[in-house]
Amino acid sequence: MIAFLLAQTIAITGGTVYPVSGPKIENATVLIRDGRIAAVGTSVAVPAGATRIDASGKWVTPGFLDGAGQMGLREISAVNNTNESSVSGDPVAASFNVLEGINPASTLIAVNRIEGITTTLAVPNGSLILGQAVLIDLDGRTIEAMRVKSPAAMVADLSEGSKDAGGGSRAGVAQRLRQVLNDAREYGTRRADFRRNQIQNLSASAADLEALQPVLRGELPLLVIANRRSDIETALRIAKEYKLKLILAGVAEGWMIPDEIAAAGVPVLVEPLDNIPSYDALGIRYENAPLLAKGGVKIALMETATENTRDLRQEAGNAVASGMTWDQALRAVTLTPAEIFGVADRYGSLEAGKIANVVVWTGDPFEFSTGVDHVFIRGRDIPLRSRQTELLERYRTLPPKY
Amino acid sequence: MIMRRSIAPVLAVLVAAGCASGTARTSGSPSPATTAAKPATQDTSGRIGSQYPSTYTRHPNPPVLIRNATIMTAAGQEIQGGSILFKDGRIVAVGTNVQAPSDATVVDGTGKWVTPGVIDVHSHLGVYAAPGTFAESDGNEATRPVTAEVWAEHSFWPQDPQIPLAIEGGVTTIQALPGSANLIGGRSAVLKLIPARTVQEMKFPGAHYGLKMACGENPKRVYGQRGGPSTRMGNMAGYREAFIAAQGYRQKWDKWDKDHQGDPPERNLRNETLAEVLRGNIYVQNHCYRADEMAQMLDLAREFGFKIRAFHHAVEAYKIADLLARDGTAAAMWSDWWGFKEEAMDGIHENAALVEQAGAKADIHSDDPGGIQRLNQEAAKAMYAGRRAGIPITRDQAVRWFTANPAWILGLDSIVGTLEPGKMADVVLWSGDPLSVYARAVQVYNDGWLVYDRNDPTHQPKTDFTLGQGGPQQ
Repeated sequence: MIAFLLAQTIAITGGTVYPVSGPKIENATVLIRDGRIAAVGTSVAVPAGATRIDASGKWVTPGFLDGAGQMGLREISAVNNTNESSVSGDPVAASFNVLEGINPASTLIAVNRIEGITTTLAVPNGSLILGQAVLIDLDGRTIEAMRVKSPAAMVADLSEGSKDAGGGSRAGVAQRLRQVLNDAREYGTRRADFRRNQIQNLSASAADLEALQPVLRGELPLLVIANRRSDIETALRIAKEYKLKLILAGVAEGWMIPDEIAAAGVPVLVEPLDNIPSYDALGIRYENAPLLAKGGVKIALMETATENTRDLRQEAGNAVASGMTWDQALRAVTLTPAEIFGVADRYGSLEAGKIANVVVWTGDPFEFSTGVDHVFIRGRDIPLRSRQTELLERYRTLPPKY
Repeated sequence: MIMRRSIAPVLAVLVAAGCASGTARTSGSPSPATTAAKPATQDTSGRIGSQYPSTYTRHPNPPVLIRNATIMTAAGQEIQGGSILFKDGRIVAVGTNVQAPSDATVVDGTGKWVTPGVIDVHSHLGVYAAPGTFAESDGNEATRPVTAEVWAEHSFWPQDPQIPLAIEGGVTTIQALPGSANLIGGRSAVLKLIPARTVQEMKFPGAHYGLKMACGENPKRVYGQRGGPSTRMGNMAGYREAFIAAQGYRQKWDKWDKDHQGDPPERNLRNETLAEVLRGNIYVQNHCYRADEMAQMLDLAREFGFKIRAFHHAVEAYKIADLLARDGTAAAMWSDWWGFKEEAMDGIHENAALVEQAGAKADIHSDDPGGIQRLNQEAAKAMYAGRRAGIPITRDQAVRWFTANPAWILGLDSIVGTLEPGKMADVVLWSGDPLSVYARAVQVYNDGWLVYDRNDPTHQPKTDFTLGQGGPQQ
C-alpha cells in the first residue's frame, strides 16, 4: 500500500521545461502527485520515495491537444461498421453527443498518444448541425475515465459540405441555421406550449432544440466549419446576431480577414499543411496560420487525419516554417486549444494544480529527429507500446517468429 | 523524340567511385557536341514509339554555380562548404573547389543545403486536378477492370494548380498514374514538372512508360457489384487472363515483325501495352498493400516472365522485404499513412527503414497533392523512426528515398536522381537541412532552368487556373 502511494509521486528532473504559461525553464523539475502537477521550477524539493525520471538534455512540455478528428469514434474510416461519428438522416443533429460511441480500446489511441498527443476532441460528422463534440484524454479503460469535457462544443458546418442541407445554396444553409436557432429560442421560452402543441411547428425535434439552449445562452461554444472568406463572415454575422460563443474551424481563407476575426474575439482551429485549392477555398495557402497569428487571432492548430493525429507535431513545425513563431506554435497545440474548449483551468500548461499530461521529448517536439521518452496522462507513465510497435517487433527480423 | 546526351558511361565510373571525397569531380565528356541519342527505352514494336512523342526542350539558361552550401549528392556524399556547377542542363562539377565560368550566375549557398530534384513515382497531379470537381476527375477509367489501353498523359491537365505547389516542394519529375479502381489501370506518364501548355512538352524524353496495376480492395469494391472481380482470387484471375491474351498477341506480332508474311495482325491497344510489359519495355507499377498479395503478384510476374518494378503504397513491405530484395522489386511507401482502410491497418513508421535494411530498394512516394510538397519531410520521418528502432539509416540513404531510388523505379537513374557530373541539372536549394521540418525549397532548377525561387516573384509560376483568383477585388 505504501509502495502504491509512493508511486503516485513522480519527479521529472533536469529537463528544459516549457510550461507554455511562462518562459522556458532550464534544468527544472516537474513534480507530479496523484495525477496532477504539484510543482514546476528549479527549486522544487523532490520527496523521498518519489519516482525520479531523469530528463537531462530533454525537453518537457504539456501533452498536445488536437481539436479535430474522430479519435475513438472510428477504427477504419473505409469500414462503416467501425464508424460511430454520425447519425444518418436529419442534417440537424444537435442532440447527438458522440461520447457513448467512443471505444476506449481503439488501436488509434495508443498509436497517437505514444507520440505526444494526450488529449483530443472527438468531433461528429454530418452536415449543418453535426452534433456535440467531446474532449477526451487518450487514456482510460472506460468512457468516464477518458472524458475531459462533454459536450465541449456544438458543431455546425457552413462550408460547401452543408449545401444540400440548405437546399443547394449557401444562402439556404444560413437561412436554415437561423430558423433552427430561432425555433430553439422560441422553444426555450415556450416549452409548456410546445408540449401542449400550442405552438406552430418547429424545424427541429424537441431534443435538438433543447440541446441548443446552452449554445443560445453562450455557455456552449458553436464550432463552425467555414473555409471560404464569405462563409467565415456569415459565421461571424450569425454569431453576432445570436450572441453565440463562436469557434471557427478550417478557416482556410481566414488570412484575408484576420482583423475581422480578431475584432470579433473569435478563436480559430487551422490545419497548417492544407493548401490544395477547391471551390470551397480557392485562396487556401500555407501562410494562413502565421498570418492569422500575426493578425492577433487566437489560433490553435489541428491535424484532421484521425489515425495520424500524431502528425500535429509536423503541422506545428510547418506552421513555424511558414512564419509562425515557435512559441506561438507550441501554444497553439497546448494552452490555446485548452482555452478554446474551456478547460485551461486544468489543461494546456505545466502549472501546479493542472492535470499531469506531460511529455518528455528528446528534443524539439516539432522536429522529426525528436522521439518521445515519456508520456504522462493524468500522471500515469504511459507504456510506449502500440499495435504498431508490436508489429515492428514481430517483423524486425525475417522470417518472423509467430 | 528529343535526343539527349549519352551520359551513362561517365556515370558508371562515378557511381563506382562512391567515395566520401569532397574534391570536385568533373564529367569526362563535358562537350555538348557528343550528343549521341540514348533514349532509356523505346517501344520495340516500332508501332507506337513514334506516336505521341515528347516535345520537351531544355529552357536556355546561363550556367549556375551554387557555392558554399552543404551538398547531399544522394550518391554517398554530404559535402560541407561545397559547390555545384551546372551548365546547359547538365551538372558539370560537384565539390569543394569548383571554378565558375565568367558567365555563370553565382548563388550564395551559405547556410543552405542542396539535393537532387525530388522525384515522386506516385502522383495523380494533372489527372485528378484541383479544384477537384467531377470535371477534373480523369484518373480512373472505371468502366471495366482491365483498361491497359488508356494512357494517363491523355488525361493530364498541365494547368492543374497543384503543379506549382509541388514545384515549390522541390519536385522536378513525377510519374502521373491512373487511379487504382482497375486491376490494370493504364499507362503512366513520366513528366518533367515544369510550366507547360501541353503534356507533350513535359514528357520526360526516353522514359519508360509504367503500367498501373492495383491489388486488393479497390478493384473489388468498384467491380464487386458490376460483374466482378469481387474477390482477391477474382483479381488474380483478371490479371492472368489479360496477360494470357497479351502473350498470344505478342507472339503474332513478333512473328509478323520477323517474316512480314501476309497482312499485319490487327492492332489492339490493350494488348499492345501489355505486350510491351512482357517485352520488358513498360515497367509494372503495382498498387499493393498487403504482404501476402505482393507475394502473389511476384508469382504472377514469374508466370508471365516480367518484373514488377515497384510495389506502390506497400504498407506491409516490411513483412516480405526479403522477397522484394530477392526479386529486385522496389517498395514505394508513405512514411506513416495507415489505418484509413483495412488493407492499410498494418502500416508502421519503420517500413522504409526495414526495406532498406533488407537490401531492397526503398522509396517514399506521395499519392497525394499535399504529400508531394514535402517528400523530404516524409523521408526524414521514416529515417528517424528507423534510427530510433535501431536501424542505422544514413542521411544519404534517406535522401535517396526521394531522389535516386525513384529515378531507378522510373528507369531514369542514369539521367537523374543524384548530383554527379553528367547528370541532368535537377537541383534543389533548401533553406536548411532538408531532413528538418523547418527547411523549405528556396530554388528549384529543372534541367538547369530556375523554375522556382522563393525570393523572386518572377520565378514563382502560377497555372492559368490561379489567375484572377486572389480573393475579392479590393
